[in-house]
Amino acid sequence: MKSRPPVAILVLASAALALLAVPVAGLVARAPWSQLGHELGASDVRDAMGLSLLTSLSAAGLALVLGAPLAWVLARVDFRGKAIVRALALLPLVLPPVVGGVALLLALGRNGLVGSWLAHVGVVLPFTTAGAIVAELFVALPFAVITVEAGVRGLDERLEEAAATLGAGTWLTLRRVVLPALVPALGAAAALCWARALGEFGATITFAGNLPGRTQTLPLAVYLELQQRPGVAELLSLVLLAVSIAVLFLMRGRWLTSARRR
Amino acid sequence: MRRIGVLVVVAVVASACAAGGGAGSRHRLTVFAAASLGDAFGAMAKPFADAHDGYAVTFSFAGSQQLVAQLQQGAKADALATADRQTMDAVPAGGRTAPYVFAGNRLVIAVSRGNPHQIHTLADLARPGLKVVLAAPAVPAGKYARQALTKAHVSVSPVSLEDSVEGVVTKVGLGEADAGIVYATDATAARNVDAVAIPDAQNVLAEYPVTALTPAGRQFVAFLRSTTGQAILRRFGFLPPPATP
Repeated sequence: MKSRPPVAILVLASAALALLAVPVAGLVARAPWSQLGHELGASDVRDAMGLSLLTSLSAAGLALVLGAPLAWVLARVDFRGKAIVRALALLPLVLPPVVGGVALLLALGRNGLVGSWLAHVGVVLPFTTAGAIVAELFVALPFAVITVEAGVRGLDERLEEAAATLGAGTWLTLRRVVLPALVPALGAAAALCWARALGEFGATITFAGNLPGRTQTLPLAVYLELQQRPGVAELLSLVLLAVSIAVLFLMRGRWLTSARRR
Repeated sequence: MRRIGVLVVVAVVASACAAGGGAGSRHRLTVFAAASLGDAFGAMAKPFADAHDGYAVTFSFAGSQQLVAQLQQGAKADALATADRQTMDAVPAGGRTAPYVFAGNRLVIAVSRGNPHQIHTLADLARPGLKVVLAAPAVPAGKYARQALTKAHVSVSPVSLEDSVEGVVTKVGLGEADAGIVYATDATAARNVDAVAIPDAQNVLAEYPVTALTPAGRQFVAFLRSTTGQAILRRFGFLPPPATP
């Protein structure tokens, strides 16, 4: 049996819980629910939702395609400078997103380090939907790397050795043994990346700008509408809240079990 | 246990001090001001303190509409200066003094250094392929820009609607956008953009009203009306307030 926790701990823990719960309660209590159907059906709101869906799903997909191989390298390959690579891969987690946006602008902008080359071959990212996807990808990628790397480390290497003794090459083993075993980790990574991409604001508005239908994703619409049509901003916030809760709900089992395993 | 108690006390006292350092304190004034006033007001902090017995003034610069939204949500400030009258009207008249127009501004076209795209008129902004950024319609600068474009009978498809006029200057300054419509004072202040004048017939006169939200805020309003305050505004390119009838 666990002993009763000290009162001071309980008081501080309750304060923490209140700090997290009260804003959510405020949003749910004050949002103009009665206008939900009407406002969310408006064409500009639907544009923002459609665009957000497109950009966040693309960003999450790309984050998996690029992040999973990097995660595998970090988990399985030994090389010099690995600590630096890992730090780089995790940097967007702690970097203020608006700084990420400035960095993207200076790197991939029309006059940027790499962007000036891209412009020569006709690829211009700022102010485009592709730019919004790149901004979301930048902030979502660490979630794919962390989650998949933990998944790869949790794999039983004996299975791969067994596959090798049975004559399977590296690719065949990766495809038939490693990948299927990683499905839960990949699923969790996809959900986290998607939620992070969907919520991205700072890097997007800095790098991709704000144009309805092209780069104005849901969080940008929330921010700009708050000044003109607060009701719409609150309803859009509800939509994002519902999505976040859904992602947590989907992840619930996984997080609890992985915490227990460690 | 005792240490946690001390920590809690320290945190509470610290936050109380932080709150007390805001609007209500005797030696600190908080002024909310339109983003375009940034440089000129920044230069006023010291002269104001010198003239007012060590009063420190803290500025919060943002799009006028953001500042008003913050006030409506309970933010505390002693004075508010916006880039148009309409935005200020959203602040309930009971809690503020009558607005006083202390400066004017004109619009210009901001272009990259050396004007590589040869932009000379508002009509040039409609050229296909040109990347034009404007401030969002809710931002006073965005509203004025639309009025000027309407006067010139020009229809522009911007690539981005920025949330303050500073955003427009930044995007043009970095060379990511080819042109934008900003205040004359913004283009003068930014080193990496050139200004293309807009003829009076198509231009719009932006008027900057200021209002005091607390008794202490009246001192800043008075300073803006003073010769010192007006001289600083002129130095940064602002026009004198229109003569009151």
